[in-house]
Amino acid sequence: MSRISTTFQQLRAANEKAFVAFITAGDPEVDASVPAMHSLAAHGADIIELGVPFTDPEADGPSIQRSSERAIANGVTLRKTCEIVTEFRASNTTTPVVLMGYLNPILAIGVEAFAHLAHAAGIDGLIIVNLPPEEADSLAAALAKFEIDLIFLVAPTTPAARMANLANKSTGFIYYVSFKGITGADHLDVEDVQHHVLELKTTSNTPVAVGFGIKTAEHAKAVAKIADAVVVGSALVDILGNGESRFDQLKAIQAFTQSIKQAITSH
Amino acid sequence: MFQRKEGDNAMPDALGHFGPYGGRYVAETLMSALDELTRVYEDALDDQSFQVDFQNELTHYVGRPSPLYEAKRLSQEVGPARIFLKREDLNHTGAHKINNTIGQALLAVRMGKRRIIAETGAGQHGVATATVAARLGAACTVYMGATDIERQKPNVYRMKMLGAHVEAVNSGSKTLKDAMNEAMRDWVTNIDTTHYIIGSVAGPHPYPAMVRDFQAVIGEECRAQCLAQIDRLPDLLVACVGGGSNAMGLFYPFLEDANVKMIGVEAAGEGMDTMRHAAPLNGGTPGVLHGANTYLMTDEDGLILDTHSISAGLDYPGVGPEHAYLKDRGRVEYVAITDDEALAAFRTLCSTEGIVPALESSHALAQAIKVSSQLDVGDVIVVNLSGRGDKDLETVAQLDGELL
Repeated sequence: MSRISTTFQQLRAANEKAFVAFITAGDPEVDASVPAMHSLAAHGADIIELGVPFTDPEADGPSIQRSSERAIANGVTLRKTCEIVTEFRASNTTTPVVLMGYLNPILAIGVEAFAHLAHAAGIDGLIIVNLPPEEADSLAAALAKFEIDLIFLVAPTTPAARMANLANKSTGFIYYVSFKGITGADHLDVEDVQHHVLELKTTSNTPVAVGFGIKTAEHAKAVAKIADAVVVGSALVDILGNGESRFDQLKAIQAFTQSIKQAITSH
Repeated sequence: MFQRKEGDNAMPDALGHFGPYGGRYVAETLMSALDELTRVYEDALDDQSFQVDFQNELTHYVGRPSPLYEAKRLSQEVGPARIFLKREDLNHTGAHKINNTIGQALLAVRMGKRRIIAETGAGQHGVATATVAARLGAACTVYMGATDIERQKPNVYRMKMLGAHVEAVNSGSKTLKDAMNEAMRDWVTNIDTTHYIIGSVAGPHPYPAMVRDFQAVIGEECRAQCLAQIDRLPDLLVACVGGGSNAMGLFYPFLEDANVKMIGVEAAGEGMDTMRHAAPLNGGTPGVLHGANTYLMTDEDGLILDTHSISAGLDYPGVGPEHAYLKDRGRVEYVAITDDEALAAFRTLCSTEGIVPALESSHALAQAIKVSSQLDVGDVIVVNLSGRGDKDLETVAQLDGELL
């Protein structure tokens, strides 16, 4: 069983929800990522989502755009992102790591070659923002050989029939996009999310994670009432980007991670 | 109008593929809007009343048909071939772009969407969008890179006069590709109320096919004008290619005319041996950007490269997927023209014909001038003069050391 499925199974058994923590690989410095990942894992993140920097992040808001630009300026690529995961795996073999990004860097390496690389690095899943299932056959097949999950997104605009198909094709978990908009925007409507997630959960048993625009413990708590996992990204990226020193960054991450995990646990 | 092709030219397939290119590589939130747009557009193709509305707008508002003009003094100077210009520069708003914005705006009305957004590079598509938005009373926001705003000031002011809000884009390279990213971010946020008018044969399905169909009026007119004026089809069609909408519009109705050669002209910028160009079909590799699989300017890690062209409208790292397909099939030849060659052609047309061409169209002219000497007396070249050059006078004046 994959690390992602194992994690959700353990959390379900304990009647807990998962905290999926997003940071951008190599931001604000290349060597900031591995310590940040360890800190996240130690203080309550159940799954780490590592953003792969891309020049044209068309679904991302200003926070993740800027983090992506910083990482690219640091020379961080998809290959470098895989190296960061390899380094993390040297001392953590249990916390699932999911890459989130755009398709072109994968195509540049080649679908088969990338699947080998991801497997060797210890990557557990992939979320490709601009890859709907219609275009995903060859990547899905290459990843399936290594039991790497390909996680599809479901949006508030997704019609019911399509929702069932996406839920069916998504492995590991399903990523529900909490609103019509870009990452980190400010129009989360918790009731609307709860309504859609309940509908989504009638179509499949695959765990549902909710992301985009969840910034506070309060949001996380409300969403976790219904969802299996809560994704927080832009808020963490801002903390990392604003930290004066490495020590400040890690301290702030620790406190924030603990507050989110506590909020989604005590529902 | 809107004739469907058969065989190799019956493109795209139901999912928007031109061979391996095209498709729909977008965020899930956009998928239902693209489905709706595809449905409405396909219904419109079969709807006589839509066809009549579109044709009326082209005739009475745009001023079509645009002339097919024989540039005799130019031909004499560069000979021996006869060079004809398809005068899209004489359309209302001064470029071919309005053919597409009218078509898409009519579709937006059908969908009940009262807000329109667009990206623009040179500003021609932004102006054409702001124009139809004013004509239909729709709200309009145009995204434009901060660098392009600086080099295309007259068009920025025109858009404002037309009631559009021009949003400066400061991310990435601050040019057309970043404007397109920002327009997609707006669209994903305001999807219920907003139609995104993409200005080229680029982006996710159905845009490449739909924009081509709206622009095909160029080639259809041109074909009929050739038969009427010279009693035969031309030997060669030449058009510039950024995203490639004016070229697709000219080429498409001639694809099955095996004796008509076609050349698409990309921007070689400071030269194909430098990295300062914008010619993905000549110097790029296939990949995925802005919703489609097509040739792109990328580095070995799949990151999109900054491009350069003196012409803002060609300064884009991708190209319409149907061009990628036509290149691989060998039906169209794709070449690249440098900034300097385009500027020389710009000046030549001004002085020989009294026509100020857009710097974009000057790339096509430069290629026509180049090949004319290799052709026979009486051979006919049609150059798509896709836009007028008033917007470029400041750029050219600066190169001449003059401030306007």
